[in-house]
Amino acid sequence: MTDLLLDVQGLTVRLPVDGELRPVLRDVSLSLRAGESLGLVGESGSGKSMTARAIDRLLPAGAKVGGKITFDGMDVGELAGAALRRYRQQVAMVFQDPRAHVNPVRRVGDFLTEALTSNLGVAGRTAQQRALEMLEQVGIDHPERRMRQYPHELSGGMLQRVMIAAALLTNPRLLLADEPTTALDVTTQAEVMAILNELRVEFGLAMIFITHDLELAAAVCDRTAVMYAGQVVEMRESQQLHEDPLHPYTAALAGARPDITRTAKRLIAIPGRPVSAFEAPLNQCAFTSRCPFVVEVCRSALPPLLPISTGESRCFRAEELRGRLATVST
Amino acid sequence: MLPSRGAPGSAGHGVDVTTPVLQVQGLCKSFGDLVAVDDVSFSLPPAGSLAIVGESGSGKTTIARMIVGLERATAGQITACGKDRSRPTRSARDRRRRGREVQIVFQDPYTSLDPRQSARQAIQEVLRLHHNLTADQRSTRIDELVDLVGLDDRQARALPATLSGGQRQRVAIARALAAEPKVLILDESVAALDVSIQAQVLNLLADIRDATGISYVLISHDLAVVRQLTEETIVLHRGSVVERGRTSDILDDPQDDYTRLLRASVPHPGWKPTRRSTSPQRKEAVGHE
Repeated sequence: MTDLLLDVQGLTVRLPVDGELRPVLRDVSLSLRAGESLGLVGESGSGKSMTARAIDRLLPAGAKVGGKITFDGMDVGELAGAALRRYRQQVAMVFQDPRAHVNPVRRVGDFLTEALTSNLGVAGRTAQQRALEMLEQVGIDHPERRMRQYPHELSGGMLQRVMIAAALLTNPRLLLADEPTTALDVTTQAEVMAILNELRVEFGLAMIFITHDLELAAAVCDRTAVMYAGQVVEMRESQQLHEDPLHPYTAALAGARPDITRTAKRLIAIPGRPVSAFEAPLNQCAFTSRCPFVVEVCRSALPPLLPISTGESRCFRAEELRGRLATVST
Repeated sequence: MLPSRGAPGSAGHGVDVTTPVLQVQGLCKSFGDLVAVDDVSFSLPPAGSLAIVGESGSGKTTIARMIVGLERATAGQITACGKDRSRPTRSARDRRRRGREVQIVFQDPYTSLDPRQSARQAIQEVLRLHHNLTADQRSTRIDELVDLVGLDDRQARALPATLSGGQRQRVAIARALAAEPKVLILDESVAALDVSIQAQVLNLLADIRDATGISYVLISHDLAVVRQLTEETIVLHRGSVVERGRTSDILDDPQDDYTRLLRASVPHPGWKPTRRSTSPQRKEAVGHE
């Protein structure tokens, strides 16, 4: 366990809303080895984006953070000033909406070289050259021309490739990708995912990939963590997550999605709506209100995330329900 | 459990089942030099469900906007319930009649509702406009519609700001159904919803069609949703129809290259994302799969 790149232990985050502190993350633990990819899957409000923001120290002002985040032996919570900037160069982030995270009045070239020249002290000409090479690697034709263009002159898929190039330019060791393809067309999504994954493997980069799409996570991630109400409810090798889910929520999520290969008579909808972390009951399983397998014990205490077989599950009945959950989704 | 659509003054189900409720012939739309929609034709039978599939810029939303009269067609003909609606009308009476023929539910439930109106008020406004009902009848009808889309009484009286995305989309659907249209256009109406809520709304839409015999035009880029909700599909690429047929045939055995690409781009078990071979000089350098 010494070669961990990132180790998050018991992460809790509370944010001030209307004068009170509301929990958004409740005891999130996950770890990543160098070069490994982890999918974070969940519905809106499950805490997946907040987990990434907490790791990159990008939480809103007034956030109260508990637990410990260790990156390559450093305590991330203790970092400040120059050390924090150096840390952020090693942890790059790609967001869902590229247009919201790029300065619209600066040229693509300036945007790409800024971090290299101002933070890493790379000479202007060298930075220019590296940016050109990186644009080519993310599959952008005529990179010289693109460097002179403004963000509004590029399509969404093109701009997202620029964002990926920008993220990779500082030679990071961990990439936090927050729904990087959700706003893109399906054919563009396939292309951007292919580029992202190839370069990640080529550069030996670790990645946390945030998505609401179980299939997409499985396609590019070694392991997948499913989040619900500010907690990880299941963590597993991506392949097994589908065939042999260990938590009723994972199975229900897979079952609710329409299948492109066949028309279901009715979809197996999960009743009710996703519960936010602050609404979740403190001393019972957060999924009780929607779970078809709920029994007395589920309401008796908050289930811990326990190892089972090759994964972890936050369900009291994981062991006895094993093998019965997958049938729910078909 | 679902209330039937036996509203006073409606034409009822006496219409010929073979006459399409919506027919589009040679529809074109140009914005300056840009041809957004190029010679699109389709027809929709009563209680039918048709998908218009395509990516951004394919012209699918422009078609919807022309059908509901938010955009004027450059050429071609749109007929709903046997009446031409290719041109906008200046008469309020005709506009109201058109509103009883075709309604639309937009993608974003956060911007398509009046923030100062509760669901009940929004539905009431539509009922007042389209149907000559007494206050009691109106109230009963609101109860039916609210119940049909699965909103509880508190939600029905709440302002949109206090509702979730899925609940707002239910309000938008209930409001559209209040006019008792023959055709409902769903313009990416479930795209913004969480998976578990999306399943609920898709089931709801199937139930409503069973109960009322309404027809759907589903505009979507999501092929799995298309499979679940429609029988017929047209595939749009850069404004033109590249493939049409039964939804199951198109998804199981796509004939057109573009449809094949769309189909292959959808993540599924065992799927690996691949680069398109558009730039041949990169092809050998990639060597994926």
